[in-house]
Amino acid sequence: MKKTALITALLGAGAITAGMAWAEPVEDTLIINEETELTTWTDAPAAVEGALPEVISGWHFRGTETRAMQADDFDNPGMIFVEQAMDAWDTVEGEAGKSCASCHGDAGDSMKGVRAVYPKWNEDAGEVRTLEMQVNACRTENMEAEPLKYTGTEMTSMLALISSVSRGMPVNVATDGPVAETWEAGKELYYTRTGQLELSCANCHEDNYGRMIRADHLSQGQINGFPVYRLKNTKLNGVHARFKGCVRDTRAETYKPGSPEFVALELYVASRGNGLSVEGPSVRN
Amino acid sequence: MADNVKPRVKAPRKASAGETVTIKTLISHPMESGQRKDADGNTIPRSIINRFTCEFNGETVVDVTMEPAISTNPYFEFEAVIPDAGDMVFTWYDDDGSVYEETKSIALG
Repeated sequence: MKKTALITALLGAGAITAGMAWAEPVEDTLIINEETELTTWTDAPAAVEGALPEVISGWHFRGTETRAMQADDFDNPGMIFVEQAMDAWDTVEGEAGKSCASCHGDAGDSMKGVRAVYPKWNEDAGEVRTLEMQVNACRTENMEAEPLKYTGTEMTSMLALISSVSRGMPVNVATDGPVAETWEAGKELYYTRTGQLELSCANCHEDNYGRMIRADHLSQGQINGFPVYRLKNTKLNGVHARFKGCVRDTRAETYKPGSPEFVALELYVASRGNGLSVEGPSVRN
Repeated sequence: MADNVKPRVKAPRKASAGETVTIKTLISHPMESGQRKDADGNTIPRSIINRFTCEFNGETVVDVTMEPAISTNPYFEFEAVIPDAGDMVFTWYDDDGSVYEETKSIALG
């Protein structure tokens, strides 16, 4: 009787082990163009204290070839979009007869460090703004041009350009002061289970990172690498488009890209990566 | 003419005589196959890069014929032996008659 119970227990344990697919993050160092070393694995920032021992960029959860693609600008397909955005940067649009360059000059100088601190509080507007919102505010208010579609290629390309000049700088979004309320709302969303599958962000990206979800590795869901060039859809993907995909996968009705809910969630998730380098445009599966 | 066509080449600036170097090339191009139809059901005409060549000091390094199944932004990576200093000329031929050219000088050193 005892023996049978033991065998059953052993078999049971074996079955569990076989069923658990581990996909630990790979130890590696990300050096872009053989010169810029990025921080992709570091101590946990205040936002995730007690929840995660350390924060790890999604880069470590990808395969050797995918990681190599991101390490060289020539091989990184996201850089093609950066080049297109450079042309757009100098293109005059709208009633005011201005381009981005009219006010901001060279993006390499003026936009350095910008990606690292967004989303952030805008005093004049009295709201938390994502970088997308700021680009469109610039277009409508200063250029008097049509706003770009929030998750469209022109927008993600422009964000890729702005991100690319901050690569290597640590993400450093504020979580206190005027943004505190929004940050709390974002945290609330992060831990709220949604959809028919009743999954919160934390169920996958906090409790189960390093394991497989079907055929894919679960990362910590860091957004320091956005916009992301995904090999599965061969284009740049924005943060809110990714959020939407994730919420949809819980079989829930999703919030809209650019909605106050996603802005709050972006602020909170960005703060979970404080200390990691800005990586965008990164390359992922 | 296709929009946003831009050739890119990554080649070393210097090589020692007889060294084998790696060349990477990419041209942004939609590579419209001619098999697709638009929303109204009309065939979208074929528009691809149909030939890519690389010459070093007038000598052919590679000469590639491309067909419609090649995907967007064709990328070629190949190795070449550098016998001497000189110019590497890369040429892409578009269906619409456009020719895109890029030159990289390689010095000995």
